[in-house]
Amino acid sequence: MRVLTPRRLRAVRKAVLGVVGLAGFLAVWQLIPTLGLINSQYLPYVTDVLARLFEESVDLAFWRRLGTTMTSWAIGLTVATVAAVVLGTVVGLVPVLRRATHTIVEFLRPIPSVALIPLAVLMFGIQRQAALVIIVYASFWQVFVQVIYGVADVDAVARDTARSFGLTRREQLSHLVLPTALPYLMTGLRLAAAVALILAITAEMVIGNPGLGRMIELSRSAGDAVGLYALVVVTGLLGLAVNLVFRFVERRVLSWHQSVRGEEAR
Amino acid sequence: MTAYTGRLAGPPRARGVGSRIAVSFGYALGLPMLLLVVWGLVATRGTSRFFPGPLTISEAFVDTWVGPAFVADVLPSLYRLGLGITASIVLGIAAGTVIGLVQWLRELLEPLLEFFRAIPPPVLIPVVMLLLGITDTMKVVVIVSGAVWPILLNTIEGVRATDSVMTETADSFRVTWWERLWFLVLPAASPRIMAGVRQALSVALILMVISEMFASSSGLGYRIAYFQRNYLIAEMWSGILLLGLVGVFLAVVFGLVERRVLRWYHGIREVNRA
Repeated sequence: MRVLTPRRLRAVRKAVLGVVGLAGFLAVWQLIPTLGLINSQYLPYVTDVLARLFEESVDLAFWRRLGTTMTSWAIGLTVATVAAVVLGTVVGLVPVLRRATHTIVEFLRPIPSVALIPLAVLMFGIQRQAALVIIVYASFWQVFVQVIYGVADVDAVARDTARSFGLTRREQLSHLVLPTALPYLMTGLRLAAAVALILAITAEMVIGNPGLGRMIELSRSAGDAVGLYALVVVTGLLGLAVNLVFRFVERRVLSWHQSVRGEEAR
Repeated sequence: MTAYTGRLAGPPRARGVGSRIAVSFGYALGLPMLLLVVWGLVATRGTSRFFPGPLTISEAFVDTWVGPAFVADVLPSLYRLGLGITASIVLGIAAGTVIGLVQWLRELLEPLLEFFRAIPPPVLIPVVMLLLGITDTMKVVVIVSGAVWPILLNTIEGVRATDSVMTETADSFRVTWWERLWFLVLPAASPRIMAGVRQALSVALILMVISEMFASSSGLGYRIAYFQRNYLIAEMWSGILLLGLVGVFLAVVFGLVERRVLRWYHGIREVNRA
């Protein structure tokens, strides 16, 4: 019991500080329009936004839109991840392929996926497929690049050790390459999940396929500031949920890694 | 310990400089050329109107972007992009170092930062439009509001994950605060920071395009959307190509800077690997 106490104390402190930070932010937000620093037409009161948030949360239509957005997100992320892991491992492990594809990757990767929005609209119109083109394109590179880095990052001593112990190719893959690449892959996955969400919503804003993004664009053009802020908070919470889930998975999977261990030991 | 064995192990390469250059040239351009040729062949045979051949696109590229359009559309975009990226980097590293080093501050701000990072940046475009109107400042603010988070959070992570043995060594040598910051914390965090900057570059580019598609009458994003709405397919492709080139340019600059900043890091890796 004695060993646990300081740790628990720290957890409580952390939670309290976090709540204080959040409350402080909300208070500042409420104060700015109250003091008239910014007109409440442009920055509505927190209380109004929270009230709208509650109204939305009991509205079935809202949840349906949310579901639509998240479905696009899930499909896009899955397709992109599977493709990126397979291709990334192959390209990362074969030096010849790595060199040959380098130029292509370096040219295609920086193309901002939103530049493809016009093309996607031409090809698919105002449909989910158009959004998926953009989501998959953007999140693919996040995972792909990390997998390539990770697979190539095997420690020289560990590799030589594995070789002298006579590990087969398959054993090397699971005992050497996988542990090395895993932190990279998890980072890539977390980034890709966030990027996929960003583009799912962006696509809806710009293309106009149904979902949360289109609601944002509609409340903007209707001049509904309260609704706009409420939806921004919703997307933030959504992004937060995605991040927390992926962060949790990452911590579980990488519990042996220095970046996770270092924090706990301190 | 292992540093010198590696260097002795490999025999020197006996190939000439010329042939080595030729080989790396072949590697760099072989596959892209092949793909371009295939694309060209498919485009001439196929009937899809949405995929013109590389030649048509390059013609459209010259017609569209070389000339006054470069000054009217491309330069303002690049200016906003550069401003936004610079502000994000300065802000992200400065704030990230402070937050990463001060534990109570980190705990105070963590939920908030998590939330702000989690907001999809393009969603902020309508908000910033509401607050600042449709101006250049608004576009720069939009870029910063999206691009600062990867840098900020990676800096925090990098600062936090400083090797514990080194931190303890610095402690026992009574290294001063500034020295520790300059010689231990920032270098130790720099691989993470650079990774964050790399992420931020792509986010910034996305936001530049989106903010222009959304609220602008000039700029690259606006042009591309305009071409699409008017069914100017080849011109639209040339815009995508130009954005790709901007992205590649950013990546090249970033690569140069990264090589300079992380020279020691790559050096260690290379020695270990040899």
